[in-house]
Amino acid sequence: MAGLRGRRARRQAAFRWSVLAVMGVFFLLPLVAMLEFTTRGDSGTWSLLADWPRLSATYPDLAEGIVASLGQALLTSLLMLVLLVPTAIWVRLRLPGLRPLVEFICLLPLTIPAIVLVVGLAPVYAWVTYFLGGSSLTLTFAYTVLVLPYAYRSIDAGLSAIDAKTLAEAARGLGAGWFTVMVRVVLPNIRSAVLSAAFLTVALVLGEFTIASLLNRTNLQVAINLLGKSSATMSVAVSLAALILAFVLLLLLSLLGDRRKASQ
Amino acid sequence: MQVPDMNMATVMDEEDLLAPVPRVRAPRPRLRLNQVRSLLGTLPFFAYVTVFLVIPTLVVAIGAFAGDGGFTWSNVAALGNSYVLDAFARSILLSAVTAAIGAVLGAVLAYALTTAKPGGPLRRVVTAASGVLAQFGGVTLAFAFIATIGLSGFVTVFLRDELGVDLYSGGVWLFELPGLVLVYTYFQIPLMVIVFLPALDGIRPQWREATESLGGSTWQYWTRVAGPLLAPAFLGSTLLLFANAFSAYATAAALISQGNPIVPLQIRGALTSEVVLGQQNLGKAMALGMVVVVAVVMTLYALLQKRTARWLG
Repeated sequence: MAGLRGRRARRQAAFRWSVLAVMGVFFLLPLVAMLEFTTRGDSGTWSLLADWPRLSATYPDLAEGIVASLGQALLTSLLMLVLLVPTAIWVRLRLPGLRPLVEFICLLPLTIPAIVLVVGLAPVYAWVTYFLGGSSLTLTFAYTVLVLPYAYRSIDAGLSAIDAKTLAEAARGLGAGWFTVMVRVVLPNIRSAVLSAAFLTVALVLGEFTIASLLNRTNLQVAINLLGKSSATMSVAVSLAALILAFVLLLLLSLLGDRRKASQ
Repeated sequence: MQVPDMNMATVMDEEDLLAPVPRVRAPRPRLRLNQVRSLLGTLPFFAYVTVFLVIPTLVVAIGAFAGDGGFTWSNVAALGNSYVLDAFARSILLSAVTAAIGAVLGAVLAYALTTAKPGGPLRRVVTAASGVLAQFGGVTLAFAFIATIGLSGFVTVFLRDELGVDLYSGGVWLFELPGLVLVYTYFQIPLMVIVFLPALDGIRPQWREATESLGGSTWQYWTRVAGPLLAPAFLGSTLLLFANAFSAYATAAALISQGNPIVPLQIRGALTSEVVLGQQNLGKAMALGMVVVVAVVMTLYALLQKRTARWLG
């Protein structure tokens, strides 16, 4: 029996490593190719990318897109937190009957493709433009809807992990107002969930293209796409840089998740 | 929503025990006022989603049936145009093919992971990388593949110069549907790993041991025990991959600039072209068509999820 086990373990190991090798080549090849593509000859693409003043002088559209994306990421994270965290806490503490409805609404964007949402958002954005102008930062409103499912799940999981009700009752019993309960009692306890919601938001916003391009606004992805028509090397270099940034963000996120699981 | 907070519940419980005191009905009006005030706390959230989620959804749903003089079937009827039907057929074919390829290869990779040590570094690295790569779509992915097998890409040049193989002897397929299949596979496989791995983890080693002690072979174990148990999870994951490919827009938009072969690109055409007046509402009808397809697929997915949970939950 032991011999059979050993043989099976060896066979499984061989199978495992050959599958991983083939998949590894498929998944790493494009990344390696991007690096090779951008370092071909001595074009100095990467040194230009690291030199912000020169970059914004050479590719003003790209610089504008980068600035717009960073602004959108920041504003979307803020709006998402202001809108979702108090609502999630409030619903859990005071209106448990509303939870299914809030959850349904938050998960709804998952079943509506972004391209469909754009079709519906176009008339709404005619009003947004009328009141607030055509700035690319106004995309914040649409992006907050896009990140709802991910942010809500993260915050809701954080709230499920603590006994929010007891915490709130203890604080109320000691004379705290609802504002104090939220900001100084519940919020510190779901800090890592809120942080991971913010990380996800940033990663999603930095990768968004559909809505920005079809509502005639700019961001990083729109700028990369535009640049691809004139300078392929530069657009591939920016793609790789953006990709590495997203990788780092999401890997940090998964490490954060591991730590949270470990601490429980 | 019957009893909003714990204090009330305890008061009422005591009332049941010490019944005869007259304040039985007194808390009712206060309770309702409290509830209204509690609801006010959720007002910003509901106002926001109404404007930026509910209204856009209604715009699509109503716009698909709206014409100059009110209700009309003409937008939906225009979906019967051959170029719209072709776009839907190609979209569904593309999603089905990439879902099938992604599901099979992803399942093999996920199974390879389950044979590794459960909490080991290999598994953690591959799962984390899958999480990242499943999100990796859009313009950057298109450019990654242009750098790899574009006309002057790394692999194309290597094959041509070193091995004398011309990838594009039959035409430049990267910027057409076959190219999309290859590029979509890149995010479909990792997504499959993420959604299918929990089901594979639900398979207990005891089941295999039981099969063996009853004299079953490996073949019999996979076809009679593990296969039927995993089938709903596999089908469900495949449907999720289908919906994922069906809704994708950015990669295709960056890769394909000639013509609008799939539905999302047709919608782009309807949104950006201002030549035909009735075009805007045809876009809404196509958008509604997409929502219907995704909704059907996701409903089936939810049903299969329930079925999966029975054994592998």
